[in-house]
Amino acid sequence: MVKTNHTRSEIFKLLSAIPDPEIPVVNIQEMGMLRDVIISEEGYNVLLTPTYTGCPAMAQIQHDILALLASEHIAPAKVTLILEPAWTTDWMSEQAKEKLKKYGIAPPLHSSCNQGVFANNTIHCPLCNSANTSLISRFGSTPCKSLYQCNDCKEPFEYFKCH
Amino acid sequence: MTEQQALYKYCTQLGDNALIQSYRLAEWCSRAPILEEDLALTNMALDMTGRAQLLLQYAGQLAGKGQTEDDLAYRRSEPEYSNSLIMELPDDDFAFTMVRQLLTSTFEYFLYSALTSSTDKTVAAIAAKAVKEAKYHMAHTTDWVIRLGDGTDESSRRTQQALNKLWPYTEELFETDDAHKMLLAAGIAADVNKIKASWSEHINATRTAAKITMPSDDYQHSGGTRGIHTEYLGHILSEMQYLQRAYPDAKW
Repeated sequence: MVKTNHTRSEIFKLLSAIPDPEIPVVNIQEMGMLRDVIISEEGYNVLLTPTYTGCPAMAQIQHDILALLASEHIAPAKVTLILEPAWTTDWMSEQAKEKLKKYGIAPPLHSSCNQGVFANNTIHCPLCNSANTSLISRFGSTPCKSLYQCNDCKEPFEYFKCH
Repeated sequence: MTEQQALYKYCTQLGDNALIQSYRLAEWCSRAPILEEDLALTNMALDMTGRAQLLLQYAGQLAGKGQTEDDLAYRRSEPEYSNSLIMELPDDDFAFTMVRQLLTSTFEYFLYSALTSSTDKTVAAIAAKAVKEAKYHMAHTTDWVIRLGDGTDESSRRTQQALNKLWPYTEELFETDDAHKMLLAAGIAADVNKIKASWSEHINATRTAAKITMPSDDYQHSGGTRGIHTEYLGHILSEMQYLQRAYPDAKW
């Protein structure tokens, strides 16, 4: 029998301190990955949703959650990956988008921009805000980002794809 | 065959297609013509690995024998693999990789679009993720095939050569068996006839823009989905499964 001396909101607050291992300026709650914490007689079940199917950060995040809960003696705990509904960048908070921009990553547009296969969206440079940018590659250093260059300030930058 | 057995077969086939594609794409790591393309090919490989993991994990649950996705990936031999033959062909050059990926990603984009409304919730959830990724793969390879086909004489020659070689493996993508038919009736599987119309339209439009002609030979290979493979799959598995075969149950 679990002593429910930790509330759902306390655990949520605690887990919100865990950064995204690939983009450490944002945390897993702001990214919309942390979906829920279910407290039952069997223990604490953290519901997490994967961003991209093959994202290697998921294993690290699961590990970080379990390690943090263990250090706070919150037990027994487990992490369950849920696929439905599928994660979308629309779940990212405005705060997270602002942090991404300050970090030099153009935040995702609303996923409705993603309807056509060859949608040609205007991505603003996160450094000088210019709309005069061009796509270098649809794929970047992680599955969630594309590579762009600003034609005005000439800086290359990453864009967090809308998904 | 029960519906659950049919679904096991269906998910294994989709998972095997993703896994073998991932293997071929990953072979480009550090060998691509430009750095951006090295990233793109390995990104696509990673998407495929993730997709294979989800599908084989679900297949393992459906089989009910406690098999994990790793058991299915590392402990089945060639006749138990049901990927389409096109996935296992070795890459001749960059044009071959791009043409193959255009053919398969376009198929997968329409397939997973249809599967988002599957009556099986897990299949629909996996499809919802896969379709977004497939769309990027399709857009990326479409651009490249047009650029190569409508490029220099040499790039055009190689693109045409790749399509000639790959075309006889395309019909197999649209094959159906008893499992498909059972699942289609239950609203779980996608209707490949509808997918074929959309696929043909996109492939023809891209081919025309790339100034590449349709291969005249209409012979079509078949067998992968029934476990009859080319010699190449054995070579893939012997490398991919080496560690688990040599050291069973080894863990990271």
